[in-house]
Amino acid sequence: MNILETKELTYQYGTGTPFQKTAVENVSLSIREGEFVGIIGHTGSGKSTLIQMFNGLIRPTSGQVLLKGQDIWAEPKKIRQVRFQVGMVFQYPEYQLFEETVLKDIMFGPKNMGLAEEQAKERALRAAHFTGLKKELLEKSPFELSGGEKRRAAIAGVIAMDPDVLILDEPTAGLDPRGRDVLLAQITQYHRERHNTVLLVSHSMEDIGRTADRLLVMNGGHKAMLDDTKAVFSRGEELERMGLRVPQITKIMQQLRGMGCPVDPATLTVDDALKQLIPYLKRKEEER
Amino acid sequence: MISDITLGQYFPAKSVLHRADPRMKICLTIFVIVLIFTSQNFFSLGLVVAGVAAAMVLSKIPIRLYLKSLKAILILVIFTSVLNIFYGTGEPLWQWGIFRVTLNGILNSIFVSVRIVILILTTSILTFTTSPTQLTDAIERLLRPLAKLHVPVHEFAMMMTIALRFVPTLLEETDKIMSAQKARGADMESGGLMQRIKALVPVLIPLFVSAFRRAYDLATAMESRCYHGGEGRTQMNILKLGQTDWLILGTVLLFFAGYLALNILFPPAIRL
Repeated sequence: MNILETKELTYQYGTGTPFQKTAVENVSLSIREGEFVGIIGHTGSGKSTLIQMFNGLIRPTSGQVLLKGQDIWAEPKKIRQVRFQVGMVFQYPEYQLFEETVLKDIMFGPKNMGLAEEQAKERALRAAHFTGLKKELLEKSPFELSGGEKRRAAIAGVIAMDPDVLILDEPTAGLDPRGRDVLLAQITQYHRERHNTVLLVSHSMEDIGRTADRLLVMNGGHKAMLDDTKAVFSRGEELERMGLRVPQITKIMQQLRGMGCPVDPATLTVDDALKQLIPYLKRKEEER
Repeated sequence: MISDITLGQYFPAKSVLHRADPRMKICLTIFVIVLIFTSQNFFSLGLVVAGVAAAMVLSKIPIRLYLKSLKAILILVIFTSVLNIFYGTGEPLWQWGIFRVTLNGILNSIFVSVRIVILILTTSILTFTTSPTQLTDAIERLLRPLAKLHVPVHEFAMMMTIALRFVPTLLEETDKIMSAQKARGADMESGGLMQRIKALVPVLIPLFVSAFRRAYDLATAMESRCYHGGEGRTQMNILKLGQTDWLILGTVLLFFAGYLALNILFPPAIRL
């Protein structure tokens, strides 16, 4: 079943002024329930505008966004309900923290949904657990936390609303390598346990390659591709023309294959690559 | 989106007035304001009006922008002109109770309205043709003599420049934070006054935090580039009076000569 669908979605800035610009043009796509979709595209390709239309922060100039088959703008007054179902984590979300304590900040979303104090707290605690926030941090002021902890707190603030679709815009930007890995693992873990739909925008092809089932490629405001991750990354040359690339390990494997190695050219992770290369190298050793 | 708000009224165009030295423009604007207030009769005021109108044409700025700037003071103009009508002296043309309208009153009211209108137009010409950066630059240069009296002129100018520089940045930031809180279900469009003020807290706190962060970052960046205040500091764009500026000054002085003559030759039209 399609949880999210767009029909000829278009968004234009500054219509009728000299600054007129079409950010998203005629995008029709469908996202299935429970899948993990990566969104990639060059800066200015329309990704951010597109995802902000998914939860009704931006109203499309023309076209429709369907959530569970319903046009989200059918009743503009109920747009807040849409935002609870389609959770959105912005880039550098730590800048949205404002409450006295971390726990209260995470409870902001659930309380806006109209949940009672107890229920909101329960959800906040669960969300904090999902994002790996230590319990003793919850009573601290959000401004005392480290950068990575703030990021987790902010993401927890969206997860606490328990959205059916979770959109993350560059959640790992600016984190150290280990912080990136841990956060990504937690997002995938959350996705697996909750069976919800996750859309991940990232510039890191490695992150995307590791996590996404399918990939949406945006280019110049248009949908360039929407296909299985492996299928998209096997079109390396086209991606490069759009200012994108394939994960480094995929590129290495493609080159090795070109040199006559019997490996899978659509390998997406280093682990996968090792599983193919170690036996191959062992065999070579024995042959000698 | 709120990013559409433009600061100040600067309207970029290619005109003599845009090219002119901002110091000259500021000084002449003040001079013209003095003329407007010392004008004694319709003839000299008419000459000032003609001069201002010529400057408006020269500025190559759409007339509707000038009209827009007048809209803000429309009520003030109506208010003062109505008041003036009833405060004239001489033979009443029309009387009803304590309300008397005299010819003198009507003339007074026209005179005062014209004064206010061209006062606004004159300052609009300055702000339309001069960017905020140019304005602060010019003010710094004009106030420089005050530095001898230990007035921190450069520091004030720098503060003004930085404040202007960060307005669009903070607007953008506000937009982002608002979107993020709306995504968490914050409701900023409905409710009563108190509710709306309360709804601003989740936006204002992150905004202040980020403003402080930016201030620290900027201070560090300035210090690491050895900024140490105004002393011995040179400028990238040195203001220099050119031919156009002298030409403009000459024209204004010519107008001034005519203005003086008209002011003396004709009797004062109003008594205030």
